Amino acid sequence: MTSQTIHTLFKPLPGEQGAAAIEIWFNDRPLTVAAGRSVAAALFAAGISRFRATPVSGAPRAPYCMMGACFECLVEIDGVPSRQSCMVEVKAGMRVRSQEGARDLPPAAPIDASLENAHGR
Amino acid sequence: MTLSSSASPDVLVLGGGLVGSAVAYGLAREGARVTVLDEDDGGFRASRGNFGLVWIQGKGYGLSPYARWSRSSAVRWPGFADALLAETGIDVALRQPGGFHFCFNEAELADREKRLSTLNAELGDYPYQMLDAAEVRERIAQVGPAVIGASYTPMDGHVNPLKLLRGLHAAMQTRGVRLVPGERAERIVPDANGFTVHARRGTYRAARVVLAAGLGNRALAPFVGLNAPVAPNRGQVLVTERVAPFLHYPTLNVRQTDEGSVQFGDSMEEVGLNDFTTTHVLSDIARRGVRAFPMLKDVRLVRMWAALRVYSPDGFPIYDRSQTHPGAFVVTCHSGVTLAAAHALRVAPWISGAPMPDELPSFSARRFENAAELTPAH
Repeated sequence: MTSQTIHTLFKPLPGEQGAAAIEIWFNDRPLTVAAGRSVAAALFAAGISRFRATPVSGAPRAPYCMMGACFECLVEIDGVPSRQSCMVEVKAGMRVRSQEGARDLPPAAPIDASLENAHGR
Repeated sequence: MTLSSSASPDVLVLGGGLVGSAVAYGLAREGARVTVLDEDDGGFRASRGNFGLVWIQGKGYGLSPYARWSRSSAVRWPGFADALLAETGIDVALRQPGGFHFCFNEAELADREKRLSTLNAELGDYPYQMLDAAEVRERIAQVGPAVIGASYTPMDGHVNPLKLLRGLHAAMQTRGVRLVPGERAERIVPDANGFTVHARRGTYRAARVVLAAGLGNRALAPFVGLNAPVAPNRGQVLVTERVAPFLHYPTLNVRQTDEGSVQFGDSMEEVGLNDFTTTHVLSDIARRGVRAFPMLKDVRLVRMWAALRVYSPDGFPIYDRSQTHPGAFVVTCHSGVTLAAAHALRVAPWISGAPMPDELPSFSARRFENAAELTPAH
């Protein structure tokens, strides 16, 4: 893709600008993000603010706590629904989709638990 | 009919959980002026940790009036939920499609059949069905091969228990009940005209007092000539992420809420005033849930908690009016959801002066005075 115009409320801290750039997909759109961050932080920095729609009211939602407690940051990652994007480290080529309402069961693919808790607790 | 908070109420309700709130709401419907003292989050707060079942099947084995009493609440639940919705706009998500109790071996199935056939023989009108594996699967396609049968009764249902507590608080306050939060009742002094309740922050007076303080009733009851030998029974609960609706019936240990979460529960432990979770119990709960529904194997758990049931020595409720201080009542049980309609619509009128409901004499704590052996409820 050509250069992105990004409107984001979030900026890297001084000294954090040097991270390697990787490419991921969000809702079929390519995004260039810094490696080494959580998916939630990467999406925020790329200007994404609508992460999901709640299953209850359909209202838009975005990450709130960024530490694994609030479950507001749910997205689908590589086909696995309802993942906490603040708890998963972003990887090159990840296919991320907004979580639209409740997930279906059973899941589309087995869950890779090793990706969980990328940032500890 | 909102009243000045300085006016002395007709009734003081000690406890603002599901029991106290339902009684207070019912009293307000009877026209009484009511003040509710509710403890803070340092309390054990069973009403914030329960499972949400409006459950009938199997209850009252060994004390069939408990089955009649529970059903009298379940049949009043639709009107009760409608009233809460009309008065507050809060939909407590009542569904009463009937409930399943899954069995995993022949002994469980035989025990279930015995329990329900005994209740049917004692009560007469007690609809239930014993289902084999194929019949269960016809109604709930997702059950796993480990389920060899189930009991079903059309009497069971469930609600969203947090919305119920909120609905009761809103409904009672709309009808003029004064709710005093963060106020733990510590001592009751009876006198010729009623009762003075000394709480942590203030002092309250009324002609009548209702003990609805859950586990706190044990210490409060003797001040007014009552007996409430309740003790904690810990239950642990797991709740999942929200998933698309798949389970349209409550079961004893797995249910899907109105908002899509799946709850797993029904552990019972006697561990004193300890409301912490433990890994081995939670893993047993999860294992049993996945045996019933293998497709939940990869579902994401988002919360776990424990709460303390308010258990009497035989597991049945206690309803009593003090013989020495007739303005004092105790109302205590471990099924504050199931019995909420009965507490609002039958117990509250009794406290207001109507005759005692027919089922209630069986639930006096006097039954514990000479009890040689006790049959567990549930």
